[in-house]
Amino acid sequence: MQRQVRRPSTTRTLCVAFVFCAGFVGGKVGAEPYIPFHDDVVLEKLPTPGKEALRTLQKLRAQLNKDRENLRLALSLARRYMDLGRAEADPRYYGYAEAALRPWWDLDEPPVEVLVLRAGLHQSRHDFDTALEDLARVLKAQPDHAQALLTRAFVLQVKGRNGEALQSCRRLPKNLHPLITATCVGRVMSLTGQAAQGQDRLKQSIAAEANDDRLRLWALTNLGEIAARIGDNEEAERRFRAALDLGRRDVYLLGAYADLLLEQDRVEEARALLDGETRIDALLLRLAIAEDRLGRDTANEYRAMLEARFDASNRRGSTLHQREEARFHLEVLRQPESALRLAEANWAVQKEPQDTALVLQAALAAGAPERAGPVLKWVTETGLEDVSIRALIRQLDKG
Amino acid sequence: MIRAVFFALLILSPVTAEAHKPSDSTLSLSIENGAIQGRWDIALRDLDYAIGLDGDGDGAITWGELRARHDVVAAYALARLVLRADERACPAKATNHLVEERSDGTYSVMQFTADCMGAFEDLELRYSLFFDLDAQHRGLLQVDWNGATSASILSPSRPSWSTQDGDDSAWRQAAVYAQEGVWHIWIGFDHVLFLISLLLPAVLRRADGGGWQPQKPRGALSEVVKVVTAFTVAHSITLGLASAGWLDLPARLIEPAIAASIVLAALNNIFPLVTRGIWLVAFGFGLVHGVGFAGALSDLGLPAKGLLLSLFSFNAGVELGQLAIVAVFLPLALWAARTPFYLPVALRFGSFAIAAVASVWFVERAFSLSWPVS
Repeated sequence: MQRQVRRPSTTRTLCVAFVFCAGFVGGKVGAEPYIPFHDDVVLEKLPTPGKEALRTLQKLRAQLNKDRENLRLALSLARRYMDLGRAEADPRYYGYAEAALRPWWDLDEPPVEVLVLRAGLHQSRHDFDTALEDLARVLKAQPDHAQALLTRAFVLQVKGRNGEALQSCRRLPKNLHPLITATCVGRVMSLTGQAAQGQDRLKQSIAAEANDDRLRLWALTNLGEIAARIGDNEEAERRFRAALDLGRRDVYLLGAYADLLLEQDRVEEARALLDGETRIDALLLRLAIAEDRLGRDTANEYRAMLEARFDASNRRGSTLHQREEARFHLEVLRQPESALRLAEANWAVQKEPQDTALVLQAALAAGAPERAGPVLKWVTETGLEDVSIRALIRQLDKG
Repeated sequence: MIRAVFFALLILSPVTAEAHKPSDSTLSLSIENGAIQGRWDIALRDLDYAIGLDGDGDGAITWGELRARHDVVAAYALARLVLRADERACPAKATNHLVEERSDGTYSVMQFTADCMGAFEDLELRYSLFFDLDAQHRGLLQVDWNGATSASILSPSRPSWSTQDGDDSAWRQAAVYAQEGVWHIWIGFDHVLFLISLLLPAVLRRADGGGWQPQKPRGALSEVVKVVTAFTVAHSITLGLASAGWLDLPARLIEPAIAASIVLAALNNIFPLVTRGIWLVAFGFGLVHGVGFAGALSDLGLPAKGLLLSLFSFNAGVELGQLAIVAVFLPLALWAARTPFYLPVALRFGSFAIAAVASVWFVERAFSLSWPVS
């Protein structure tokens, strides 16, 4: 009789001990260096940009190594690396691109094409002002350089200088694909109180032009975002779905669609959309928000992963992730004070609608509506149309 | 045109937060008695890009593949790290290879030693890992030297680090020593009591008839300034001499002497021997207290590098702590000196109490006794 009473207690003790040990070992693996127990243990999966692309890259790299001063080769390799950096959302490739351009990088008068790429690389590191300087030099030499004009429009738009961005879009040469110009113009117009016109222009253009998938994806994503901003969630979803149906993986599209779902409290769908997307910080963040709202245990794991990544980034002295970090503090850690600090610092650099909304949300959550002041003034001046920002302003007015 | 269109699109696509952070390695050096122990964490992805680790080309790096390339990894990396101690080269040798999992992938962990052939004063480091391949690569350096830590981010535009860099870590170190200085004077009751014994009569002056009467604020202030300055100058001198090793008095003499100085200073308030030039007393005994400060500082451990700065900061901290005490004491005493209680209660009884406490300290310290209560 006595033994029967004791037995479950022994089992429980063993279970507890096991969990403790497992936790200890599991925790240790991440934090301490170790020697793997077997030669077949896989330590790292390398990114595979596709066999064909990889072979081309290796060939170009080998050629360039033999001929470091070959500008044509260097430009071609750098473009491919930047292409990969964007597709894989992996900044290492931007570093490789910069290294390929090294012989021209610090010249007083680099070739125009180097300047264009250099501007793109500065932009990728959020060094927007230096990017604009490089672009100004390009456009002085070649006033209708399409890529320089587009990059300039984009950088200005991120910085919230939408009037100048629109000018840049309108200066795009006529022989450029009309959908590019329409997307550029439409996107920027939608941020300056002319959402309807911007949307119309883009809709007409996308109906007429249908050839290139990459271009369509970009235009559809923009149409989705514009619709979401003016509160037409059905139209937004239709466009995002059409973009997804093109079958090209696109990190930005996934993030934008996930945000639309989260905004409508369709948390389960957002989670399903981003299932397994833990490699990319921006998507992991949205996944963590969804899991957190669903009250799942995985939320803790994702929170720890994100904290480790922001830590690693901050140790390097990088502020590239401030937008995500602010949102992480606000929605996952629920620390509105630090979220507001980060959101303000981010807003000093980037002024896209989500950056603007973040400051307002954090100011509300932190009970510091007065700190939303500069942002509110800016919103009024630019005439930004965005239903979620409008709702936040109403809340701020009430408080 | 199509190529341009493709590329323009890439550029225009909004920036998304990255899957991985840009490439960096972590390099930690710990230096003790002229021996350098190093640990260098390098991402497997970066090593693969530089020297190829994926032997079978299946897109996955196994421990076996890495193990087979350990010699190459060590040779490649260590050739890109130059260590020089006092202008002598310090060749480095890998001693062990491990791996570590991090938030952005697996890192190779290489432990190594560098031999600088003997002790050295200055260390210079030059880092060039991956700079030719990835212009955004950074080396995150941490150096531990005799308890002091210095950190630095190495980049193609700032690839070197040296102990002579006078980077902000020196200032952080200075701040630490200043804090310790403040702390030492605040918790070092002996110094506080000595100072108060000297300051208690400063708000009074001798009346013509031989008694005491309240001093005017200006007179009191000038008296306080004289006393505090004399004390400061004196203990700075001996603190400096003792820390530099030119003055070496055993603590078993100094500690009782400090206690004795308090007894004498307090008793002088009750049975005045010295009435003019209290500042001379402050100076004389300040010399003794300075040696005591040096003892406290050596307990903290002075870094080999930036000794002067640390010494100066510690002393500045002591002064700041002292000034804070004076700033509280002086207004209170000035106010109290106008009341009839000051003379009997504060000056006479206060000094008596201080003398009593200090006598106990003296006995304790002189005869290495310890009262069961204290």
